[in-house]
This record gives sequence, C-alpha cells and structure tokens, in this order.
Amino acid sequence: MYELINQISRWAIPVMLLVIPLLAFIRKVPVFETFVEGAETGFSTAIKTIPFLTAMLVAVSIFRASGAMELLASWLSPVLSVIGIPADILPHAVMRPLSGGAALGIATEVIKTHGPDSFIGRLVSTMQGSSDTTFYVLTLYFGSVGIRKYRYAVVSGLAADFTTLIASIIICKLMF
Amino acid sequence: MVNYVWLFMMVFGILVAGAQGNIEVVTKAALDGAQVAVKTSLSLIAIITFWLGIMKLAEAAGLVQALAKLVRPVTAFLFPSVPKEHPAMGAIVMNLSANILGLGNAATPMGLIAMQELQKLNKHQSDTASDAMCTFLAINTGCITLIPTTIIGIRVLYGSQNPTEIVGTTVFATCCGMLVAVLADRLLRGLYRNRW
Repeated sequence: MYELINQISRWAIPVMLLVIPLLAFIRKVPVFETFVEGAETGFSTAIKTIPFLTAMLVAVSIFRASGAMELLASWLSPVLSVIGIPADILPHAVMRPLSGGAALGIATEVIKTHGPDSFIGRLVSTMQGSSDTTFYVLTLYFGSVGIRKYRYAVVSGLAADFTTLIASIIICKLMF
Repeated sequence: MVNYVWLFMMVFGILVAGAQGNIEVVTKAALDGAQVAVKTSLSLIAIITFWLGIMKLAEAAGLVQALAKLVRPVTAFLFPSVPKEHPAMGAIVMNLSANILGLGNAATPMGLIAMQELQKLNKHQSDTASDAMCTFLAINTGCITLIPTTIIGIRVLYGSQNPTEIVGTTVFATCCGMLVAVLADRLLRGLYRNRW
C-alpha cells in the first residue's frame, strides 16, 4: 500500500505534464501560446502575497524568538495535562498552525530527545504529519487575491487543528 | 479574529522579550521574519507561473471542466454557491489531490488558481472572503496527506525501527480534523449569514 502510494506520487506530475499538452494539441489548442497566456499572471500573483506573508511571518518570528512561545506553553501545560495532553508536545502544538518550519524544527528536537519509537516521538510525528500550517495557508491563499477580511475562516481552521491534536493523542494512546 | 491573533503575537512577544531582558532580539526577529516572507513569495513566482501555464492548457483542453463534472456530487454539497462545472471546482479538486499525494509544489499553485476562480465569483466586496473560499480553506488546511514524507525521513534519520508506523495514526487524526473543519464551516456559515 505504502509502496503503491509512493509510486503514484512519483508518477503523478510527469504523467500530467505528458497528457495535458497532448490532449490540448489533439483538441486543436495552440499549446505554446495558451501556456504563455496562462502563465502571464504568475509574477503578479506571487508578488501580491508579499505584504500578507510579511505581516504574518514578522509576528510569528517575534513571538518565537522572544521566548513568548515557550512561556505560553509552560503556562498552558498544567491546565492541559489535566485533560491528558503531555507537556513535551505543547511547544509543537502551539507552533504547528503558525510556522511550518518552526514546528518541524521542534518535532525534530523532540524525536531526537525522546527517540522516534517512544510514545512522545510517535505522537509528535503524528501531529506533524496530520495538520497543516493554518495561518500560513490562510495568509498566502487570501493574500494572493487581495482578501483582507477572513471572516470565520480562522475559527474553523483552528477548530480543525485542535481536533487533530486531540485525535492524535487519543489514537496514539490506543495504538501504541 | 486574525487581528487579535496577530496583535497578541506582536504585543506578547515584545513584552516577554523586554521582561526577560533580551529586547534586542525583537528587531532582528522582525527583520528575519520579513526576509523569510519575501523569499517565500519570490520562490513562488517560478512554480506559480509554470502551473498557471499548465492549468490554462488543461482548461483549454476541457480537462478541468471534465474533472469538475466528475466530482460534482461531492462539490455541490460542499460549495453550493459555485456553479456546477465551474473551473474553480477543477482547480479545487486538483489542489486537494496534490495535497493528498504530498505534492506540495503543485498543491500551492493549484490552490492559488482555485482562489482566483473563486474571487471571480465573490459577491462580497473584493477584500472580503466568500463562503466558498472559507470552505475551501477549511478543507485545504485540514487536508489528508497519505504519506507524510518529511516526518518519515526524520524518523529514519534518528533510527526508528518502523518509520512508517505513524501513517495510520496520521490519516486517522487528519480525517477527524477534516470532519470538524467541514462541520465548523457549515455552522459558522449559517451564523455569519444571520448576522449580516
């Protein structure tokens, strides 16, 4: 199963790049011209995300470098340990929705310290793999079309992140 | 909400730095953050330009619309405000498929293309998220990745006996998150509609 999915992942894009232009050509699309026409707005789309990403990543960077993130995690840990959330994974849980790179760094530290096959190591692996960097995705996607008012998207994103965290803990306790 | 989160990170971060006597990290951290942001955006230019070209071809060949038609039963439920067989649907499906397969480089540009299509349908002011955008992002951020390659790599690096044993737990946890994302989105959509 694992091997099969790996193979699909390897082949998916090359096959797309083969099939799409061929099919377009068969349907009498001027392939080169159409590609160029589509690609025209690539630059402006990417550039448009700069102010949004800058705002978000500056705040995340200050929050992390100042030690505020660790402090918040240490404040939360007595409360959360009551409901069975281990203190060791809290920095990761706080950082996961904010910064993909930072969360991966923390996960790596935890795996190094506790070992990949310890309960904490397996748990943090599950947490890292099962959720996305919510704030990065929101800022990037909304930013690319100039949306500043996110309405309820942050709330539903965080609700999902929190559920994923709780589900990771429960399933790891059951399985390992 | 995003205003509060942003302000909290800034204010709390600076206050903690001051209280712990390392206020000098703040300016450096701010500029580092800005640097990373600009680099990220710039590195997106290449992949977005490339995928926009390919997607335009796929659209001209009728593939995006065919894909949108194929998944209509699901998308009609999730995105009632998007017309059937709209190119936005094709882009959304391709984004989710790329996410599931762990093809990050393809997933992001396809997601951005989906956002552009959704923005064309946006009935709010152009700076306000539409219902369909909120649903799309809820699904996208909670999306399943079948093989979390990065973390498996790290587990191998630190000598795991069974690096892929976390695949099952990961898929389970994401499915729970995804379910809640869709439910929360539905609930909040109703609440916000009544308020406006």
